[in-house]
Amino acid sequence: MTDFLQYLFSGLTSGAIYALIALGFCVVNNTMGIVNFVQVDFVSLGGMIMFSALFAMGLPMLPGLLLAISGVAIVAMVVERFGLRPARSDNHLVLIFLTVGLSIILRGLIKLIWGKNRMALPPLTPDVPIKIFGASILPQALWIIFLTIVAITLLTWFFYRTPLGLSMRAVASNPTAAAVVGIPAGRIRLTSYAIAGALGGLAGVLVTPITTLNYDVGVLLGLKGFAAAILGGFGSFPGAILGGVGLGLLESLSAGYLSSAYKDVVAFVVLLLVLFVRPKGLLGK
Amino acid sequence: MTSKQKFLYFIYLHRTGLTVTGLSLALLLLPLFEDNPYTLGLTNLIAINAIVVLGLNLFIGYAGQISLGHAAFFGLGAYGSAIATVTYEIPPWPAMILVAAIVALVALLVGIPILRLSGHYLAMATLGLNFVVHTILLQWDDVTGGPSGFSGIPYLSFGNFEFDDEVRLHYLLWGVTLLSLLLCLNLVRSGVGRGLSALAGDEIAAAALGVNTRNAKIKIFVLSAVLASLAGSLFAHCYSFVSPDSFTIFTSTDMVIMVVIGGMGSIWGSLFGAALITLLPEWLDLFETYKDFIHGGILVLVLMFLPQGLVTGLVESIKIKLALRRRKNAST
Repeated sequence: MTDFLQYLFSGLTSGAIYALIALGFCVVNNTMGIVNFVQVDFVSLGGMIMFSALFAMGLPMLPGLLLAISGVAIVAMVVERFGLRPARSDNHLVLIFLTVGLSIILRGLIKLIWGKNRMALPPLTPDVPIKIFGASILPQALWIIFLTIVAITLLTWFFYRTPLGLSMRAVASNPTAAAVVGIPAGRIRLTSYAIAGALGGLAGVLVTPITTLNYDVGVLLGLKGFAAAILGGFGSFPGAILGGVGLGLLESLSAGYLSSAYKDVVAFVVLLLVLFVRPKGLLGK
Repeated sequence: MTSKQKFLYFIYLHRTGLTVTGLSLALLLLPLFEDNPYTLGLTNLIAINAIVVLGLNLFIGYAGQISLGHAAFFGLGAYGSAIATVTYEIPPWPAMILVAAIVALVALLVGIPILRLSGHYLAMATLGLNFVVHTILLQWDDVTGGPSGFSGIPYLSFGNFEFDDEVRLHYLLWGVTLLSLLLCLNLVRSGVGRGLSALAGDEIAAAALGVNTRNAKIKIFVLSAVLASLAGSLFAHCYSFVSPDSFTIFTSTDMVIMVVIGGMGSIWGSLFGAALITLLPEWLDLFETYKDFIHGGILVLVLMFLPQGLVTGLVESIKIKLALRRRKNAST
């Protein structure tokens, strides 16, 4: 029972991270109809900026966190404005390959600035495990779950209560009709990238104290986030959250009860199986 | 028609056949002029990459789909041949065919459910497949040798004639590459290929014209996986050593870069793209440090300014310039 609780908590923690990344994929997919592979590097970049904010600038935790998130959001906007928009292409194949290319460049840039070494990022609050029913939980895990819920609440508020959020939903539901009523496409794309960047950056800041910080730490995390998004039904926000948490739980339970060597494989095998049985994902339309 | 016009028309009519003949002749004679094993090793690597890229280009350019996991099929081919010939002592040629059949089955299993969907689920599924394959190659070390790789793979041979040096491998590899090239060139000019081009242009329109779009996509996916598997088998027998590092998702993205630079949907461009990306590290000293910038930068610039690919794009922009100039001259 204690083991099970332990696996449950670790699954929820990684699931929350996957959900954040999956939401980032969904936002861009809904407004532009493409898979944004740069999302992968937003995660690494978030951790890296946090590292510099803490150790090079000497900022405390909270300003560092905010700086990292807004920094990645700005980089994401730059990527959209100067990386994707000049292509002026409607061809999805071209746009998706562009994001692959931009991701390679951004990863190179991160490698050049922060180097190839593994680094350690301190957790948000000191590491004193909390005991719940015999299972020990790191405070960082609680932070991850708490901040993910905050981010999801903020996103919901943004998409249902603000004019910009409402117009983004309009674009997602029918791009042509949205253009006809005068919703500016450029601003919507820029905002969707900023949100995707902020979510990816937040995931990076939260997860790197648990894993380690490395220039390509985001690749595997990002791919699992993408898998989570597809598992839940690509483009659906509740689906992304469900897919993320489901994937996280599945992974920690299989690592605990089956084998930890193939922990990373389980996620993709299950994804392939789900796509085989229910190709649109769990909550896809 | 004057004899000069007749001659030009003949060349125009048989341009594909003549180019293939020219290329074959050049490749046939190359080892006579260039016997440096290092250079031949490089051109052999181009040949192996070209086989993968030809298949991938059919899939990306003609079926309009994304595969970011062709290194998985490449790796399955390489390791399949290695395990079949060394562990199970199956002769290399039948092993190659057997492995290709298994890879075709894997591609079919992945392709059938996912190609039913519109959108870009296949990008994810192939990425996932590549990841799974790479992890298994790394972790299952009793069978695959794990991170240290798999060595002692025999050379291919006909009777007593072994393909064991660069010159012999040159003829073998380029022979297979030319065969694949011919296959692709003929395929895209056949009814199936025309249907595929229609599919890449507009899926609904193609379906309305009677193209069985789902089947066509699955078939071309399996064909491209088989080509990648064959290239992988050749790779294993050519170097007699394979390691998981050659089959990561980054290898897959490199292959996509080759396709895009050569031009999506351009068969000849595949050869060019494979050659350029394989040779690039040889020309640039600083390549290792700035590899990401160069690869990513080339990909982004080509997609932004010449989305039809480097060669096709440049040729077309020159054609447009000439046509504009001709019209200007005619009007004055």
